[in-house]
Amino acid sequence: MTAALDTIPLAWTLGLSAIVFVIGVVGVLVRRNALVIFMSIELMLNAANLAFVAFARSLGSLDGQVFVFFVMTVAAAEVAIGLAIIVNVYRLKETVYVDEINLLKG
Amino acid sequence: MTLVLFVAFAAVLIGCSLMTILHRNPVTSALFLVLAFCSLAGLYLLLHAEFLAMVQVIVYAGAIMVLFLFVIMYLNLKRDVEHGLQFALRRGAGWLLGALLLAEAALLVGRRWSGGPVTQTAEALPAIGNTQALGQVLYTRYLFPFEITSIVLLVAMIGAVVIAQGRGPKVGATEKPNS
Repeated sequence: MTAALDTIPLAWTLGLSAIVFVIGVVGVLVRRNALVIFMSIELMLNAANLAFVAFARSLGSLDGQVFVFFVMTVAAAEVAIGLAIIVNVYRLKETVYVDEINLLKG
Repeated sequence: MTLVLFVAFAAVLIGCSLMTILHRNPVTSALFLVLAFCSLAGLYLLLHAEFLAMVQVIVYAGAIMVLFLFVIMYLNLKRDVEHGLQFALRRGAGWLLGALLLAEAALLVGRRWSGGPVTQTAEALPAIGNTQALGQVLYTRYLFPFEITSIVLLVAMIGAVVIAQGRGPKVGATEKPNS
């Protein structure tokens, strides 16, 4: 039981994860630069990762950390595709502001 | 000591995340995001996830953010111009929705179950290192998802090349481009 002294309470970590996630959501809603919106999505993914690690620590199991590993892989793939799309859109429309990109309106 | 470090890393993480979404210059936003990821790696170390801390620094702060910075400099972005009534309205709505979401999260975390199962927190850590234990789990129980991630990465690689190629004339096309 000596480990109980330097154990971080689960609620603290979950609260921190929630705060970072909300910051990411606000970033997506407030900004109009597509690159900053992507960074906010990365923030949200990392907040979910933090919650995974916190639960893995609290339950004494490694499965949560394995899931974080998979989330990181998917995030890397998503960033590669997303940045390629942004570069392509910038070539077409000369802008990265999401409210000036209305390709589907014809 | 652990709690002090936790609070310090958490403060750096929240501050850098806020600066990421508030700063007008995309390059500065990206650099603050790198700092946020590094403090998150410190949090992982405190939570005894040493392998994930290293991967966080290498993959996120190393690879992904370099990709971000490369694209920002490739597109030669200036500071964002966001003023006028429309942007002020959108900003207000965004912060309002964020506050609502935060209140909801506080309500959920404040429930009793979020304290977690009390009996299992003091469970002894395995004698072998975190990386070795994680590798053993990854290559036995999660072997199939692990192989699937390689396909995900392959698809992302091909997709990024195809998308970034654009709609211009194909290099290997049979008919000659008119230009």
